[in-house]
Amino acid sequence: MSIVGAKVIRKEDPNLLTGRGQFVDDIQPIGTTHMAFVRSTEAHALIRNIDVTAALECEGVVGVWTAADLNLPALPGVPGLERPALATGKVRFVGEAIAVVVAESKYAAADGTELVIVDYETLEAVTSIDEATADNAPLLYEELGSNTVAEVTTADDHQAIFDGAPHTETIKLVNNRCTAAPIETNACLADYGPAGLTVWASFQAPHHLRNRISAWLGIPQDQCRVITPDVGGGFGQKINFTPEFFVAPVLSKILNRPVKYSQTRSEAMTSMYHGRAQEQEVDIAFDDNGKILALRVFASQDMGGYADGTGMGMPVLTTAMSAGCYVIPNVSIAWRNVLTNTTPIAAYRGAGRPEATYLIERAMDHISYKLDMDPTEVRRQNYIPKDSFPYQTHSELAVYDSGNFEGALDELLNIMDYEGLKEEQNANRTNPEKPLLGIGFSSWLEIAGFGPPGSLEGFGHLGSWESVQIRIQPDGSAIIYTGASPHGQGTVTTFAQIASEYLGIDFDKISVRHGDTATIPQGIGTMGSRQVAVGGEGVKNASLKIVENAKSIAAHKLEANPEDIEVTDGNLFVKGTPSKSLSWAEVATFSFQRLELPEDMDPGSLDTTILQEVPNFSFPSGAYACVIEIDKQTGDARIRDMYLVDDCGTVINPLLAEGQVHGGVAQGIAQALFEEFTYDENGQPTTATFIDYLMPGAPDLPSYKSGRINTPNPNNSLGAKGIGESGSVGTPPAVINAVVDAVRHLGVTHIDMPATPQKIWEVLQGGSK
Amino acid sequence: MNYPTSMTINGTNYAKSVDPRTLLVHFIREECGLTGTHVGCDTSNCGACTVLLDGDAVKSCTVLAVQANNHQVTTVEGLASENGAFSPVQEGFRQEHGLQCGYCTPGMLMAATALLKEIPKPTEEEIRQNLEGNLCRCTGYEMIVRSVQWAADNPDGVPVAIGENS
Repeated sequence: MSIVGAKVIRKEDPNLLTGRGQFVDDIQPIGTTHMAFVRSTEAHALIRNIDVTAALECEGVVGVWTAADLNLPALPGVPGLERPALATGKVRFVGEAIAVVVAESKYAAADGTELVIVDYETLEAVTSIDEATADNAPLLYEELGSNTVAEVTTADDHQAIFDGAPHTETIKLVNNRCTAAPIETNACLADYGPAGLTVWASFQAPHHLRNRISAWLGIPQDQCRVITPDVGGGFGQKINFTPEFFVAPVLSKILNRPVKYSQTRSEAMTSMYHGRAQEQEVDIAFDDNGKILALRVFASQDMGGYADGTGMGMPVLTTAMSAGCYVIPNVSIAWRNVLTNTTPIAAYRGAGRPEATYLIERAMDHISYKLDMDPTEVRRQNYIPKDSFPYQTHSELAVYDSGNFEGALDELLNIMDYEGLKEEQNANRTNPEKPLLGIGFSSWLEIAGFGPPGSLEGFGHLGSWESVQIRIQPDGSAIIYTGASPHGQGTVTTFAQIASEYLGIDFDKISVRHGDTATIPQGIGTMGSRQVAVGGEGVKNASLKIVENAKSIAAHKLEANPEDIEVTDGNLFVKGTPSKSLSWAEVATFSFQRLELPEDMDPGSLDTTILQEVPNFSFPSGAYACVIEIDKQTGDARIRDMYLVDDCGTVINPLLAEGQVHGGVAQGIAQALFEEFTYDENGQPTTATFIDYLMPGAPDLPSYKSGRINTPNPNNSLGAKGIGESGSVGTPPAVINAVVDAVRHLGVTHIDMPATPQKIWEVLQGGSK
Repeated sequence: MNYPTSMTINGTNYAKSVDPRTLLVHFIREECGLTGTHVGCDTSNCGACTVLLDGDAVKSCTVLAVQANNHQVTTVEGLASENGAFSPVQEGFRQEHGLQCGYCTPGMLMAATALLKEIPKPTEEEIRQNLEGNLCRCTGYEMIVRSVQWAADNPDGVPVAIGENS
């Protein structure tokens, strides 16, 4: 039986279940000091003076530094828009690092930060895209003359199509600002000694960080080592060059001691980069059958106080994917990046694609409202047919590789009782004892498997491949070293499954190592649902290459032709003559021994490194439905069921794939119903703790009902597409479509995310919009 | 001024002299070096720091170390038996994929252990309500619920030594 596709429990778990996991804050070399930041309490202000005198006298404090003391270069970033490591003269968001304290303990470091006195000259803050783009708006950078740092206008707005269309609709959408909030916050430990620098970091891409720290400090990469040990979640939030990763090495060098930083949650909420925060103006033109004639999208991306390169790319991805699963003959896209006095924005699980899916899937339901058509029927009118792949969209970035969007909807309707639910919905509306029922759909697809050559380079990475090295050990076991840097996805298990399948070595004799630039070949990292679709393909190809060499060794020893050697159950044997066989251990040992090898083979042939490239992105897709119940008195929305049909191509491990979907769906529900990072008019965050930022707990979320279809990815031999972000992409529109569906009979056509009880209660009171 | 503080953690006595403001979680992690217990927030919302204090689940970021003076503490390191066999809850999380990144997991395991002591056969609703104080960002909770159900259904667990992979 094939181990690819089998429900295998994880190799990662025993350590993590016994307290033997090793996260950054668990590591404490002798002499470790503790770093803490003094962070801005103002959203927009000039710094007149920083008084560190009292902090320096605080018991346990080793030192206090400001930008003026350290004279640091700006952090790696967008040319001309780089942010300083410590604020220089001006702060642009609450939470920006101003000064840094190092002390003998965490408590003393915190005491020290309390004693630093910052004298601010408060400036007027802009906290929204509207404010930031208004005439005479206060400017974050006076020298730029505008808060809009990038803008792309449309080449053709297709106005003639809109003028002649039977129906048009304009929709304004807000994709609410969220924070990924992995339960482990940012953390790092820098130890700069005579032999070089080692940085332990809670990060998703160790080589990416190593290369930037080394360039920034001006030290050779061989003397700069980044280790990402166990990482407590990332969701895109741990690929950002925040100050701690650069300041800690500098202070370790100055002090000649290890310097550790373990962020508090309150700090993480304002200083780890946020996601989403995009506003959209969407125009659609459609005919009487619900067929879309044209789509026009203008996406305004809130960048926060500093323009991050990845953050600037969010509306690029959104506008590339705006047409979703549908044939839309005329698409017009435009976007802009706008600075505001808020926490900077970058990638959060899905990164630009949840925003695209939300707009097109809300648009589909608006067509159904206008024409009084069933929402599933509107979608059927517009799906890209399953025989149309590869499908060139309006965007050069997006050539859909494969899919069966209508098939996914069919399977979805198969696993739910849509007709029964509609009857129940009607009955409930007039029964005061029953909640309002809403049914919402989402047909979604997204970009994963990042990516073809040049794609990740556009976001500042070295390449778009992933590295895989497989080394067969003399006893016939295998160690895989990969630049993929998992933090919960279970890649140690899935890569071992793929290797076991193609090497013919037992799963229990395969280890996977990652997250150490001193031992792993140059890698890229974990983001964009790329581990299996790119790295996994590398594991397969490296395995095949090794097996080819192993067969040559076996053939030499067994006096047979290499093409006659087969590998089964840990043995290499001559086809048709099972008695002529060698174990993997024997072949592995011979591979290190010159006298046992064919003349044309050198020792060490069972060790191979691949930088796996892929020719295109992959495009996971699916169809989701949300069934929601709304309390008629309080407006409280409770999801009764989520039906989830995913098409991620080949599944390596259904247990882990299901886990990835659940987690993404939970974050999607959270965005749709609970979470929004908000500021008051002065730029003070009002949701900066887990008390106010409503991350859902177990009682807030439903069980999930799953189905699956499979259209293999034609661009890799595994057929895998990626599954990490699917749930967070497909879920928010399904939930909001369900919420609106529940109150449609009141004339409601939209409720912004998060659909809080208050917002729903207001429309129940007749405040429809 | 420091206070002498001693407690039994996982059967071993630890006697330290600590600043009276020291939180129990920092006593466990920084003073005793038991780093399995994690910190995930500073408002007692996330539950990553959950331990058993005299058998009851508490958030160790909300207890001062001196309050635990002369008490019994159990952390994640104390769940498996001495021969390395997993507790039913540990085994349930492994069998049902109840963890991904593993950071919230120690707190989740301790809360689930306390729950099953109180309600040996909980309903799904009871599991969800009783784990309300523990946040997980990876799993969406359904597999955590299944993990706890597995433990309830297998009170003797399955003796699997640490390090065995499948």
